[in-house]
Amino acid sequence: MRYIEPHAHMVSRVTDDYAAMVTAGCRAVCEPAFWAGFDRSSAQGFYDYFCQLTDHEPRRAAQFGLPHYSWLCLNPKEAENSALADEVLAMIPSFLDRPNVLGIGEIGLNKNSRNEIAVLEKHVDLAVKHDQMILVHTPHLEDKWKGTRLIIDILNQNRGVDPARVIIDHVEEHTVDAVLDAGFWAGITLYPQSKCTPARAIDMVEIYGARRIWLNCACDWGHSDPLAVPKTALEMKRRGHSEAAIDRLIYGNPLEFLGQNPKFRLDESGREDKSRATQK
Amino acid sequence: MDRSRVTDLYFAEARSKLIDLAAFLDRVERSDGPDDFRMKSLRAALMELGTPGPEKARKILLLLSDPTKEPIAEAGAKSAGGAWTGF
Repeated sequence: MRYIEPHAHMVSRVTDDYAAMVTAGCRAVCEPAFWAGFDRSSAQGFYDYFCQLTDHEPRRAAQFGLPHYSWLCLNPKEAENSALADEVLAMIPSFLDRPNVLGIGEIGLNKNSRNEIAVLEKHVDLAVKHDQMILVHTPHLEDKWKGTRLIIDILNQNRGVDPARVIIDHVEEHTVDAVLDAGFWAGITLYPQSKCTPARAIDMVEIYGARRIWLNCACDWGHSDPLAVPKTALEMKRRGHSEAAIDRLIYGNPLEFLGQNPKFRLDESGREDKSRATQK
Repeated sequence: MDRSRVTDLYFAEARSKLIDLAAFLDRVERSDGPDDFRMKSLRAALMELGTPGPEKARKILLLLSDPTKEPIAEAGAKSAGGAWTGF
């Protein structure tokens, strides 16, 4: 089995998780910027975090031969502090040329507030201005449906946004069709309690098809499982899905989406193509 | 997959979750005080489970969701409670 983990907060995980993921067949990991579990007190805190995502964490992953990529932003959970958000947004362009940065993310909404919307719109403008791909977080639980509809409206209102270069993550049964119908990619996040179980994820794939869908574990410092994607692959196999269909969903699909950024390159064996990465 | 295969694969797990849910309701009813918005939503969702028809997961997720589209003035808490307070 081979797979790409397109959404994992590895700064929150122990080194043993890297070993387990690579052992399970992980060929690349992508890490969107996230909330630390507490509000950072200054833009300098974000500077250090962005350095961690673009310098330290790739080196930690490289110990296991695992290519590490990142996405940068200020998380919607910290969007109520507009002055801090503006400082962080102004800092992001200086990191976009780093070799493992794939785009802007995970931006989005958390509680669907006016300030969150304003900061989301600024992130979208920044991505369009710098021709960056976008990874969007949708809110939790009771806030997801409302937030997903607001997010789709905001993205559709910006004429510079190409839906094919945007993934809207954490979809569930009540939001997946709206995301796919609008032309975006949809991410299904596998969590032990909230978001989606492996069985429900496969249900959605069976109902809506595998096109423009990826699976991710979004493992972080909370209840989460860094091996959720390969475990879901085993669940697919138990249901009788073919090896090719499983490979398409957990390796081919993220490769297709992420490969729109020329920085994301894996060779035929699934390992990072060092020659092409160096050319960039 | 045919229905017997689906049942073979998932019945034991569904049975376990059903009994956990029943035990949770027993626990709530042994406790003191009125239901809050979360329990009211959960009881409505249980009624939905008993209604024949497709898309039960989608319908229950919608039942537990904020149906409005107006942004809130300010995000006070960062976490979600699992059900809409206005239910």
